[in-house]
Amino acid sequence: MKNTNLSMDNILKTSQTNIDNATKYGKKRRRQEALLGYALASPGILVIVIFSLYPIIQTINLSFHSLKLTMPGLGEPFVGIKNYLEISHSARFWLAVWHTFEFTLYSVVFELVFGLLIALLINRPFFGRGLIRAVVLIPWAIPTAISSMMWKFMFDDQLGVVNPILMKLGIIHHSIVWLGNPNYALGSIIFVDVWKTTPFMALLLLAGLQVIPSELYESAKVDGANAWQRFFKITLPLLKPALLIALLFRTLDAFRVFDVIFILTGGGPGNSTESLSMYAQTVLMRYMDFGHGSALAVVTFVFILLISIFYIRLIGIPVDQENKE
Amino acid sequence: MKMTSRLIRGTLFYTAVILFVVIVAFPFYWQLITSLKSPQEIYQMPPAWWPSSFYFGSYKDVFTKTPFGLYLLNSFIVSSITTILCLVFGSTTAYAVARLRFKGKKFLLGLVLSVSMFPPIAVLSPLFLILKNLHLLSTYQGLIFPYMTFTMPLTIWILSSFFREIPKELDEAAIVDGCTRLQTFWRIMLPLSGPGLFTTGILVFIAAWNEFLFAFTFMTNDAMRTVPVGIAMFQGEHSLPWGDISAASIVVTVPLIILVLIFQKRIISGLTAGAVKG
Repeated sequence: MKNTNLSMDNILKTSQTNIDNATKYGKKRRRQEALLGYALASPGILVIVIFSLYPIIQTINLSFHSLKLTMPGLGEPFVGIKNYLEISHSARFWLAVWHTFEFTLYSVVFELVFGLLIALLINRPFFGRGLIRAVVLIPWAIPTAISSMMWKFMFDDQLGVVNPILMKLGIIHHSIVWLGNPNYALGSIIFVDVWKTTPFMALLLLAGLQVIPSELYESAKVDGANAWQRFFKITLPLLKPALLIALLFRTLDAFRVFDVIFILTGGGPGNSTESLSMYAQTVLMRYMDFGHGSALAVVTFVFILLISIFYIRLIGIPVDQENKE
Repeated sequence: MKMTSRLIRGTLFYTAVILFVVIVAFPFYWQLITSLKSPQEIYQMPPAWWPSSFYFGSYKDVFTKTPFGLYLLNSFIVSSITTILCLVFGSTTAYAVARLRFKGKKFLLGLVLSVSMFPPIAVLSPLFLILKNLHLLSTYQGLIFPYMTFTMPLTIWILSSFFREIPKELDEAAIVDGCTRLQTFWRIMLPLSGPGLFTTGILVFIAAWNEFLFAFTFMTNDAMRTVPVGIAMFQGEHSLPWGDISAASIVVTVPLIILVLIFQKRIISGLTAGAVKG
């Protein structure tokens, strides 16, 4: 009896020292690992700090100064929130805010609806699916500037092909000046953006759909669920993470829209299609007014930040993934 | 009964697929036939659906009368160097993020993510002033460095998700065999993630090749323009030379289409690794 007790004690003792050794050794290794982590992470992080974080801080700083490159004699005096006050009093600014929200809302909603439809359509195996998936990528891979030029030509009221097609189909009865008419210009721009990015949205959603196990659908079928029920009870809930992330990326992308508008209308006619990025770029580079332009850039940035926070609240923090493993 | 309903559903399905392909592909088709039409035919209304005879003058003009060849070279140099720098600097960061435990990693990932979210317009003015002071406007470096603002976060996100897919047991085994952490990165991770590096490279290259705002703002000298800006600036005084624009677009579009068709699986896996799984 005594003997067994003793040996039990011994076993406990040795295992305790083993654990001690392991944690000591582990601590050293962990410290080394952390040091190596910092060393290896630093090049990429340094690049981000130098080329992104520092300029962002500079933009915020510039937005509190008056700086006009056309009048270098004036220097760079600190003016507080004067730039912000001035832009908030300008009708052109609020119009740009409105257009940006309008553009973002419409293009993202259409892209989501069409993207989901296409993803559902090509989710099942069929002859030629590989080719379709490749076709889907093409509008995404072509520079927006180039596809916008193509559409500018097709929308042209003199030479374009859009009017003849719509007239042939009986949808319109006389030529429309798509890009030169304030009533149609923003709609045309949204159309081009939807054309360009719906395929990409479809691709992201398709990837989300393919992760859903097919057994779920089979057992739901056995239980007598119809197609609608299967869609709302299985597809939609399981697709939610992919859906939200795709939406987040598309919304942020749409909100900073520049190329499509710059090429199709240049913000016109009048200022009827000017977005925030477009307006900020014009103030910065055409008027060379870096104070006001920076304030506009900061406002755009703040909007994007708010949108991201909203989405991330909905999704949960995507960077958490590591800890879940 | 069952046969016919299946037939109807099949027909509807393929009609929808074909309609989708036609809508996606039509602008490319239109660009191609416009590039092959003679100037008179381009200005003819209603437009012809097929050129009456193939005319290659637009292709000749775009290379002889405009600096389009130079634009192609500029784009190629800038995009390639950006890609190489990103892979070199980004891969170590991605490895640290994917494999090593250290304090503040969550913060770093958050930083990378938030950087990828902010609009390029938010860094435009300071970058312009910095480049101006360093006399880097209209130089290759003056575009390569700004391109790092959006390509570096992209690289880190995509590469780290590729690195995570390599089984941990492999580097553990290498460590047991006496490799240091750095050696496992160098001898195991990098060679095994060759496809991942390649995929990331394609995505970064396309992103840099397509960029417009920075290229438009920082390349103030005409001869330094990149392809997207160059094509957008083809506008003459009164009318747009649509034949030349179409020919130039086709020259750029066709290689990209071939690239996409060849590497579609890799591109899709890269995009979904970055977005859906992330």
